[in-house]
Amino acid sequence: MTFKSKGRGHGDFPEAKGLAWPVIQGFAMNEFVFKKIDDYRWEIPPVEGMRVPGRFYADFKMLQVVKKDNTPLQVKNVAHLPGILKYSLAMPDMHWGYGFPIGGVAATDPAQGGVISPGGIGYDINCGVRLVRTNLELSQIKSKLPSLLSTLFSRIPCGVGCTSNLHLSQSDLRKVFVQGARWAVRQGFGSQEDLERTEEYGAMEGADPDRVSPMAYKRGKNQVGTLGSGNHFLEIDLIDEIYDDLVATVFGLRKGAIAVIIHSGSRGLGYQICDDYLAVMRRAVLKYNISLPDRQLACAPLGSPEGQDYFSAMACAANYAWANRQVMMHWTHQVFQRVLNLSPRELGMELVYDVCHNIGKFEKHLIKGEKKLIFVHRKGATRAFPANHPQVPEIYRKVGQPVLVPGDMGTNSYVMVGSELALKESWGSTCHGAGRVMSRSKAIKVARGRSIEKEMEKKGILLMARGRGTIAEEMPEAYKDIDQVVEIVEKAGLSRKVARLRPLGVIKG
Amino acid sequence: MTDDYNLIEFAPMKRYEFINHTADLGLKIRGSTAPELFENAAWAMFDILVDLRGVNCREQRELIVESEGWDELLADWLRKLLSQFNGYGYIFKTFKVEKIDKFRLQATVCGEKLNLKKHRLKTEIKAVTYHGLQVKRDVRGWQAQVIFDI
Repeated sequence: MTFKSKGRGHGDFPEAKGLAWPVIQGFAMNEFVFKKIDDYRWEIPPVEGMRVPGRFYADFKMLQVVKKDNTPLQVKNVAHLPGILKYSLAMPDMHWGYGFPIGGVAATDPAQGGVISPGGIGYDINCGVRLVRTNLELSQIKSKLPSLLSTLFSRIPCGVGCTSNLHLSQSDLRKVFVQGARWAVRQGFGSQEDLERTEEYGAMEGADPDRVSPMAYKRGKNQVGTLGSGNHFLEIDLIDEIYDDLVATVFGLRKGAIAVIIHSGSRGLGYQICDDYLAVMRRAVLKYNISLPDRQLACAPLGSPEGQDYFSAMACAANYAWANRQVMMHWTHQVFQRVLNLSPRELGMELVYDVCHNIGKFEKHLIKGEKKLIFVHRKGATRAFPANHPQVPEIYRKVGQPVLVPGDMGTNSYVMVGSELALKESWGSTCHGAGRVMSRSKAIKVARGRSIEKEMEKKGILLMARGRGTIAEEMPEAYKDIDQVVEIVEKAGLSRKVARLRPLGVIKG
Repeated sequence: MTDDYNLIEFAPMKRYEFINHTADLGLKIRGSTAPELFENAAWAMFDILVDLRGVNCREQRELIVESEGWDELLADWLRKLLSQFNGYGYIFKTFKVEKIDKFRLQATVCGEKLNLKKHRLKTEIKAVTYHGLQVKRDVRGWQAQVIFDI
């Protein structure tokens, strides 16, 4: 049962220190032959039922880490999806997930029996990130940072199963499902300008509240405006490096300024919708005679009733997540005003952009010289459209879409910008974060006897969290080095660095 | 977990064991019989969710789950219990599988409503996944593996 690969490098990653990955039954490690395309592109050829090759964006060193878990197998499995186009893709932050790898991107063609797979979007539908800029400088908040954090911590519910003081009726929820962040703005949470700075303008089309189960409604009614737990966070950052002055200026970012990052998703509502529809897809694969190597990839043709119903429900969850982040941003704004005793004008808090990184979307892409409507799954991947793309909001159109790459607590985050190459190669997609290298149980073991809070404090980062377990699970060592991931993304040409953010204070569930 | 992982894998008193999954939480569960396996799996899930030491058996529930195979039965059993937690706030600590057959189970579970003053929540489980899901019978009894999205 024990697995030990030959010649495993006991390198930088604690996970690799003499510990073997136990084999997951039915997922015995396969030997993959990686074909080098260039220093940052690797491919596995289509074998055994794969409809397209698998492509990995990684450097040699990272590929060695990736090979140790089940990511290559998952990339291979995704290549079995009916109607998949060109490649089963893995972004540089790739790691082992369930169904799709995290960092997985796959597009399917509705005209060729292409499918929609809930496992290619994930349980946390529209998990995403928003970045808020301010006029503030470090000196203005330094002494008030603890009070800012603790006020945010008490204002924004976080932690396992946390609930909001916004209780929504059935009819309110239906509005949230369709209007997303627009609903929040109409209720007074934020301003009209925020919508222009949100992917899909804060509301995806095609949402149908009648496709959402009663249980999902039940779970959704009191979680708008909640952070949740796990890797979600709200962070106060210092912009400590600018790589592209022009683009940074357009995004409203300058060195030495304070910014806020909010990372959260659709909470219990999204998990329930995914779970409900995976059960539907279990039957659909039999009905449509789809054979897949992993049940978590269960799917249905985009044109089928099952596929359409899931899409309509998924869009409801996506819109709910945008409303959720919009409400949290508004509360954050209020806390900053109150604690710092500054006017909105003095604060200059403005949304830079809001991106989702667990989503499926109909998008127009160029295929063999022809613009076609296809369906893009992004599981732990961010859209990264280039300058002049019609989907990029007008304010950013001349430079490209802001791409937000959050690090984990205690590590840097990056703002990048979309590229033409990403549009050509990866359906306009890029990485979404650092990606884990250590399992959560392993992280808890490694953290035993240490105070991660104190270690972070030494690095100048204040941390407030509900659960001690979360802190250990989410400690910086559990993640890949984000600086490295971003470097690979840039060298591969998937997006360009614009700014680096260093955390000063983090609240977590 | 060391190289002799296999030997300590199912130490007699352990009802479940973690599998190192990078992003999520993988479990191996064992039982000498099918009912015991399903009981242990349910217990494992609640043991991950909440500190069970503070939970009492105050309310009893009868649950019936039906599915298309052993693997799916395990997933559906856990999904049903998880929805009792997520939808109605119930935490259970005792599980008695009264009847189990191909592929239907009837069980009595006991626990109480979540009370945050008294109970300590540990880890949020977003969902029971089908990735790597497996129920097997071997010479030592029954074993299963399941991965939770957390």
